[in-house]
Amino acid sequence: MIEQIAGNRRKTAALITLFVLLVVALGWALSLLLRGGPALMVIAAVIAVVVSFTSYYSSDRIVLAVSGAKEADRATYARYHNLVEGVCIAAGIAKPRLYVINSDSPNAFATGRNPAHSAIAVTTGLLDKLNRVEIEGVLAHEMAHIKNEDVRLMAVVATLAGLAALVADWGLRALFWGGGRRGARDAERVGGVYLLPLALVLIILAPLASQIIRFAISRRREFQADASGVYLTRYPPGLISALGKISADPAPLRQANVATQHLWISEPTRKHGTRGSWWERAFSTHPPIEERIAALKDL
Amino acid sequence: MVIAAVILGLVALVGLWFVVTYNALVRRRNNCDNAWAQIDVQLRRRYDLIPNLVETVKGYAAHERGVFEAVTNARAAAIDAKGVGEQAQAETGLTKALKSLFAVVENYPQLKANENFLALQEELTATEGRIAYARQFYNEVALALNNKIQMVPSSIVAGMTGFKIRDYFEAEEASREPVNVRF
Repeated sequence: MIEQIAGNRRKTAALITLFVLLVVALGWALSLLLRGGPALMVIAAVIAVVVSFTSYYSSDRIVLAVSGAKEADRATYARYHNLVEGVCIAAGIAKPRLYVINSDSPNAFATGRNPAHSAIAVTTGLLDKLNRVEIEGVLAHEMAHIKNEDVRLMAVVATLAGLAALVADWGLRALFWGGGRRGARDAERVGGVYLLPLALVLIILAPLASQIIRFAISRRREFQADASGVYLTRYPPGLISALGKISADPAPLRQANVATQHLWISEPTRKHGTRGSWWERAFSTHPPIEERIAALKDL
Repeated sequence: MVIAAVILGLVALVGLWFVVTYNALVRRRNNCDNAWAQIDVQLRRRYDLIPNLVETVKGYAAHERGVFEAVTNARAAAIDAKGVGEQAQAETGLTKALKSLFAVVENYPQLKANENFLALQEELTATEGRIAYARQFYNEVALALNNKIQMVPSSIVAGMTGFKIRDYFEAEEASREPVNVRF
């Protein structure tokens, strides 16, 4: 269990490093193609940071509102409150705000920029269809997201992805409208003639590559939340059977959409039971349920 | 002159390291004390729930006097217990007594449908879970403290300032299992 958690941490660090390298390479490509590349890079970075951080600071409110989540009162949802309090003791963190979403589809998510501002939302279907240990497994998974500060991590990742997209877009436009010609000539003069095609390819492929890395990080964090959630409950079968029930449930989750799908414990838009092509897998925010269950059985 | 400056710098560095390490040890010891107190909070919560539970069950099964007495006595013994070993033993006894109480409840369908009883049962199950989690958390922070005390170089500071290794909570099966069956 502890080895799996450490392994996930290493792989996340490797992916983030890869991402930063991609953005740096993109900056280099831009400066090769355009005069004033470094300055543009700084402007792009400022825009990406501002956009991401405004959404980061209000992320919990927006997501909860979009999903139609209502505050769960103690009397009606005693078990929900009790289970969260138990897992909070195990994790040694403060109790998050609790919400319910009126939907038959069993699912849950956690949000909030740090443990002090965190919230958990579950569907009424999850509370009705799963038994106590299964609900606890799901809540521990969400608590692990909070404790690991995944919302913050994914905000940083979104900033990098936004930066890559912005820079690539500017680079392409500049080339298209001929603004890059002078820069390109400069590059030729300094012997960049061989590097120029490489820079072009980089600018064209960077947005795609950054999305692939972004999804890979998201999938890694799901594995991590599974493993560290179970580290809290010390009971893998609870989460395993919960994931089985959630993926087998036919009820659709209307409150989820493409913008929020990465948050849920199980990707709501995904058809289960199919492994999918590598292409589908590369653009999934979550690993296939079967792989998550296999990893949990491995603990 | 240069040598004196170098020595002075080294001494300052060592002093700084000492302070930082000492503070880290104190922080971990406080975490330990806090986690230990948390276990007591949860145990007390369980003691407080039991009289209510007994009263509710009595309303439906007044003649099962033996079971009520066993639970009441076990609760008193657990409250009075001194020391970790005695406490653990008393808690196991209380868990057993509660188990037999819930076994009795099985014979009273009306009681099992009583909302007040169901709420108490939920609270008790949750409290059992919280006790287990509080112990687990204590073990974790105790491990962090013990590592710091035993590992070089922080062991030097810990030895000089008299930090003591903490015992771990042994999980006996009886107290980890929830008392009641699924409902």
